[in-house]
Amino acid sequence: MEEPGGSVSFAQGARRVVPFSIAVLGFGMSFGVLARPEMGAVAPIVMSATTFAGSAQFAAISILNAGGTLAAAVVAAILLNVRYGPIGVSVAPSLRGSRWSRFLRAQLVVDETWALSADGRGGHDPNMIVAAGLVLYAAWVGGTAIGVLFGDLIGDPARLGLDAAFPALFLALLTPSLNRAEARIAAVLGAAIALALTPIAPPGVPIIAASVACLVGWRRS
Amino acid sequence: MPGGVAAVVTDAWWVVVLVGGATMAIKGAGPVLLGGRPMPERAARVIGLLAPALLAALVAINTFGAERALVLDERALGVAAAAVAIAFKAPPLVVVVVAAVVTAIARAL
Repeated sequence: MEEPGGSVSFAQGARRVVPFSIAVLGFGMSFGVLARPEMGAVAPIVMSATTFAGSAQFAAISILNAGGTLAAAVVAAILLNVRYGPIGVSVAPSLRGSRWSRFLRAQLVVDETWALSADGRGGHDPNMIVAAGLVLYAAWVGGTAIGVLFGDLIGDPARLGLDAAFPALFLALLTPSLNRAEARIAAVLGAAIALALTPIAPPGVPIIAASVACLVGWRRS
Repeated sequence: MPGGVAAVVTDAWWVVVLVGGATMAIKGAGPVLLGGRPMPERAARVIGLLAPALLAALVAINTFGAERALVLDERALGVAAAAVAIAFKAPPLVVVVVAAVVTAIARAL
């Protein structure tokens, strides 16, 4: 148990992540369907394989979809992924080996693998990161490919109400974090800033401006 | 318009390359460079609130936003239905389908 090499076998780790991977497969399919009209058939799959972070990917296409600029889409997506900085720092002591091996395994760290690999003593099980990460990666990229195929058959997204799918997905991604009071304040503030700026700022800019709401974390301790 | 289609494709690939590259760098930075030193707690807390703030903004704008205006239309019904589905712990694909179906029905009425 105490050894830094990790305590969970690949098969055990993969089995524990199955319920999450079904949800991730569904998210991936949604991304493929919604990204298809905006990005074509290949770019969404390549994006899922390289970015591997759902909320950022959805944010980028929703901003392009609303007529926002490329810069706004890229900045908003990157801001959503800045949280992987501290998450990476927190798993760093658990990842041994060469620089390349650490870099590649760090790519498998997403919210779900980070939570599942926590050992309860502040460390993370590296075997769990790799096992859960690879299963979720396959579900995410595979789901995107299935969604792109479906998206070809669907036709006009607005007639089918698919424009309401974006906020529904963001709500599903937001909900788990709302058990913390601080996160609820940041969420309400972020939404208020974005709505207030919508009539006066170009599309995409209100989303980026909403990021200042995270500063509520500075004051409280 | 063919020029518009080409511009969309190019933008899509720029997004893929820029967001993908930045995300890989952000994820890899801690394990590759820091090798175990902790991050100041206050900074970590502020960064941890970025995602809820931005996601809530995305919910609000994609529900009520139009071109430089706020509107109340069928999407609000779809999102309200999605919120109920989320409260009942429905999987994401079901949440999306509920939102889309309710919005489409409201539009058709």
